[in-house]
Amino acid sequence: MASSPRSLVGKIWARHVVTEREDGQSLLFVDRHLVHEGSRRGFELIGQRGLTVRRPDLTFALPDHYVPTAAVTAKPAAANMLALLRENARKSGVTLFDVGTRHHGIVHVVGPEAGLTLPGSIIVCGDSHTATHGAMGALAFGIGASEVSHVLATQTLWQARPRDMRIRVTGRLPEGVSAKDLALAVIARIGAAGGTGHAIEFTGEAVRALSMEGRLTLCNMAIEAGARIGTVAPDATTLAYLKGRPYAPQGAAWDAAAADWLSLASDQDAAFHQEVELDASRLAPMMTWGTSPEDAVPITGRVPGPQDYRDPVRAEAAARSIAYMGLEPGQPMAEIRFDRVFIGSCTNGRIEDLRAAAAAVRGRRAIIPAMVSPGSEAVRQQAEAEGTAAILREAGFEWRTPGCSMCVGLNGDLVDPGARCASTSNRNFAGRQGPGARTHLVAPALAASIALHGRALGVH
Amino acid sequence: MEAFRSLEALVLHLPMPNTDTDQIVPARFLSRGRSEGFADAFLQGLRFRSDGTPIADNPVDRAKGAGILLAGANFGCGSSREAAVYALQDFGIRAVLAPSFGDIFSGNAAKNGLLCGILPEQDAAELGTALDAAPEPVLRIDLTSCTAMLADGRAFTFGIDPFRRRCLLEGLDELGVTLSLSDLIAAFEQRPPPVPQPAVP
Repeated sequence: MASSPRSLVGKIWARHVVTEREDGQSLLFVDRHLVHEGSRRGFELIGQRGLTVRRPDLTFALPDHYVPTAAVTAKPAAANMLALLRENARKSGVTLFDVGTRHHGIVHVVGPEAGLTLPGSIIVCGDSHTATHGAMGALAFGIGASEVSHVLATQTLWQARPRDMRIRVTGRLPEGVSAKDLALAVIARIGAAGGTGHAIEFTGEAVRALSMEGRLTLCNMAIEAGARIGTVAPDATTLAYLKGRPYAPQGAAWDAAAADWLSLASDQDAAFHQEVELDASRLAPMMTWGTSPEDAVPITGRVPGPQDYRDPVRAEAAARSIAYMGLEPGQPMAEIRFDRVFIGSCTNGRIEDLRAAAAAVRGRRAIIPAMVSPGSEAVRQQAEAEGTAAILREAGFEWRTPGCSMCVGLNGDLVDPGARCASTSNRNFAGRQGPGARTHLVAPALAASIALHGRALGVH
Repeated sequence: MEAFRSLEALVLHLPMPNTDTDQIVPARFLSRGRSEGFADAFLQGLRFRSDGTPIADNPVDRAKGAGILLAGANFGCGSSREAAVYALQDFGIRAVLAPSFGDIFSGNAAKNGLLCGILPEQDAAELGTALDAAPEPVLRIDLTSCTAMLADGRAFTFGIDPFRRRCLLEGLDELGVTLSLSDLIAAFEQRPPPVPQPAVP
């Protein structure tokens, strides 16, 4: 019997069903579970029931959210979070990639880089940016503490199959326009809830042309469009990136797996519940003005005014955002004055991101404080070995060690109240980088350029 | 988990869209243990200035004692922090009605007995207008019939995933159910894994 055409997500889903219920819930097997300091509640919940970690061999622990990125001692609350992760990993026999070791870094940077993230796998983590790993052709999504405890105890999760959305990006990105700009353009187009209830598959010429790093950036922000899952079908780029990575299969096992992974691409006539098309060649460097990632416009644009919204609730929301951000309706984006710059995070902390930033500053000086936190120890070492770090340092950028850092400020890397930060991270929510902090999301090259000029003049 | 069947309570009305989980509970409170509670952290930005001084007459504290939140679209978007659910519950909220919810948030809510009901945008607006005008904004929610009723008898039907509804009605312990299926999981693990095991470098 010929099976009906299936999407990438549908194929991966089918391989992981342990059992199904009539109400549409499937019990899915989880191939990799990544835990970090925030997973403490999950460990606590299984501990309360006298349960243990069912598959420590498939569970990997990485401190990232609370890790200091400078030679300072973590504050007591943060130090306690780090200690709890180490203790939980040790007690349950889970591999720990600790600070300063070869595979340390932000979970979503290290997973693909170490070869833990494989095409065709189901990956979960108690962090919404787990969507990142979908760039490798995996089905990856963020979960809460109760679900973390469920996976720790059973290596499975109950899930309802999300609806399929395909975002086809035609044409090629212009010079100086990156995956981050594409991600912001997608969110601006479909909205912060546009992908709710859906798994997004990114396809089209522009997506195929992206490097693995670029695809990781794009899928990372699927959650900012409401979708827990973002994917790109595995192809030659995926295999070239993954081959030889420490935790990836080797030799004959690699050959067998690689052939299988290429068969995961959505069937030609697979049906999608929603289809969106974007022309990459029309995109420009983007920047957010408000407190939702959907508030993104080209840097040649302007801050909107309430009159730009038909819905009074939306108009009021925009007015509140503009007030929080200390902007004026209609103000040109290029006139906004910045106080500082942050480059890093699971969105833009990879080597390609740091190279883009370095290329934008070579030989010039930052006029406002700028901080760079590489996404992982491997990225840090590579950037230092090849000279990327030196270029950034010589331009006056502060070169830190890996962690989530100023994306969320849990380690104390905060933006001052009322200060304005150009950030390569993923969320411009009110208070995200600290109480009263004003965040504008941008790509690494633009962030670096803003450090030189104090405003968004463009990427040269 | 405590079962949820019906609830009559005061309503906190926050119509703005995209109330993310960073707003519901800011990151700086996440190093707290569950037993410390999150009531004071709930919607901090609406209740306190960035220097920590309280904002007088803010909509949240004005609704102290509320058991139901009527929110704007895409409520609970953003971070997966389950403390967002804890903060709502510790403040006293047992049900949230909104035109749409962040996927991870609504999943977390269901697992902690917090009801998330989906109202059509127009119904949410009508309900909000009525509650804002009422001397005492009270709503009666019945999960058996999936309705929210105003004191004047006007009823609005909300949507909820049937599985989540059942979990709430029965106070179902999902992990307990899965543990009873351990044999099925063990059988799955006996088969070749969906992807190769992590290579040991």
